[in-house]
Amino acid sequence: MDFFNHIINGLGLGSIYALVALGYTMVYGIVKLINFAHGDIIMVGGYMVYLIMVKWGLPIWLAVPASIVICAFTGMLVERVAYRRLLVHNAARISLLITAMGVSIFLQNAFMLIFGTDPKLMPPLFQAEPFKLGSFELASTTVINIVVSVIMMIGLNLLVNKTKIGKAMIATSEDSSAAKLMGINTNRVISFTFAIGSALAAVAALLYCNTYPQIKPSMGNLLGLKAFVAAVFGGIGSIPGAMLGGYLLGVIESLTKAYVSTTLTDAVVFGILIIILLVKPAGILGKNRKEKV
Amino acid sequence: MGYLKKKTGVYYLINAVLVFLLFFVLLNLINNRIINRTSTQILTLICINIILAVSLNLVTGVLGQLVLGHAGFMLVGAYTSALFTMNIGLDLKIAFPISLVLAGLMAAVFGVIIGIPALRLKGDYLAIITLGFGEIIRVIANNLKITNGAMGLSGIKSLSTTKNPSPMFIYAYALAALTVFLMFTFGRSRHGRAVIAIREDEIAAESMGINTTYYKLFTFVLAAFFAGVAGGVFAHQIGVIDPSKFDFNRSVEILIMVVLGGMGSITGSVISATVLTWLPEQLREFSKYRLLVYSIILILVMLFKPSGLLGRYEISIPKFLDKLFARITKKTAKTKTGGA
Repeated sequence: MDFFNHIINGLGLGSIYALVALGYTMVYGIVKLINFAHGDIIMVGGYMVYLIMVKWGLPIWLAVPASIVICAFTGMLVERVAYRRLLVHNAARISLLITAMGVSIFLQNAFMLIFGTDPKLMPPLFQAEPFKLGSFELASTTVINIVVSVIMMIGLNLLVNKTKIGKAMIATSEDSSAAKLMGINTNRVISFTFAIGSALAAVAALLYCNTYPQIKPSMGNLLGLKAFVAAVFGGIGSIPGAMLGGYLLGVIESLTKAYVSTTLTDAVVFGILIIILLVKPAGILGKNRKEKV
Repeated sequence: MGYLKKKTGVYYLINAVLVFLLFFVLLNLINNRIINRTSTQILTLICINIILAVSLNLVTGVLGQLVLGHAGFMLVGAYTSALFTMNIGLDLKIAFPISLVLAGLMAAVFGVIIGIPALRLKGDYLAIITLGFGEIIRVIANNLKITNGAMGLSGIKSLSTTKNPSPMFIYAYALAALTVFLMFTFGRSRHGRAVIAIREDEIAAESMGINTTYYKLFTFVLAAFFAGVAGGVFAHQIGVIDPSKFDFNRSVEILIMVVLGGMGSITGSVISATVLTWLPEQLREFSKYRLLVYSIILILVMLFKPSGLLGRYEISIPKFLDKLFARITKKTAKTKTGGA
């Protein structure tokens, strides 16, 4: 029963990774950029909830949508200010990466100066009794994480596959210059992708704060890194891959914590990244694309 | 061709003379206490940062791959060399150089472990995998017994004493000069040309018969080696090391030295490493805003001058002298003809 419990907990944790990994994978799919600043969007989301609920004392039904909207706008702003010029000019990949890095450092240090370096305690967001199934108990946070993440993913799938803008996203990621010729405003599509990815990161931030009620300016670093590993694990560029990778990574981490070592879990996660890149660089669900000259 | 070769030889000679001249001037100033202890320390740190920046420039500028964990290699080197000199029981004068070689080798081994999976692939995996490595190596150093956890190692003996303040500076300066020289010749060697070809177009380079994985790995491991050596000197210079000294911010500082100086320009890295080490020491009260300012500079440079301030341009004093002489001789020739 213990083993089963660890797996469920892992799925709860994996839900957060999966939501963040979706942002990485969507942006990578469209502009081939590892968006280092994505992890820090989670941090922005966390601090926005803190600001609205704790500092201003406003109710939660206002704080949650507000932080999601703010994060979406932050994502769009980052894309507009820092990446757009480079993307339009077809700049070298390394310039894009360094810019992304710069944005990440900027966000972290700006929040450090505004809110201080010390961790802030978060009030519990969504509280519920633990779920009981016979002798078996589930923390409410785990259940909430899993349910919310599944809803989000169904919504994202509908958005990408059924709506016009979703189809435009697919077209842009397949071949952006051809998409442009077909009359798709690729700049708008890219901007929209950043907004959706960042909104998902904000949802992840809410779930994270609900599970671990503490925020600090550097919280996005490791979380972002792990979510990226999840995205690579599932196959970067593939949306179902990011979900699968996120859940798997959560389960692996939970099992490592339970049976191997609590301090070395991060090293294990990183080891997984190395093994995937050695064995199956395209990830579990990734397609091996032939490079054309 | 023969003329050109002769000229390069002369250039090397002039540069060597200049480097030695600067060295003896600084050494005399230090030994005569005209440069005080703190300034000597800053000078040594400048040399260490030059090693780090120039070696990172090799991967970021010449190979065109982003590395975000240079501090991780520095950590490996620092701990290796510190543990060696603390436990071996040899005289420090003998143990220190050996420990530096060991530090470099250990960092190189880590470079191979990380480089093989990341560099076999095309794309940006090296950036993220080195970022991860930098974080993880710190976690591991925080948890191992031999590294004394978060407390770190203290009481690492320095070669410099109050009586004789210069040995650490001599080591750092010599190593920095050696690194710059090696990187410079590397860029012009067969290996260097292969690496530049990979940067420009990996597929084309591969179809020309260049073993891309080998050259990418070689370059990366070489950079890791020098970062390890720099870490070894750093550990003995400051005497106390703990994992937090080699965190992500440190990697970013090295990266910004490279980016600002110009990706691919060795002299650019040397200049920016010097300025960016010296300036923060003078502006201590602004240290809170340092990384914020760095990040803004990073973004602005990338947006408006993606190759860095110097680009791939190398500042060359001999060339400058050459031009100067050419101008003077031209002038004298003119006046002569005018007179006749």
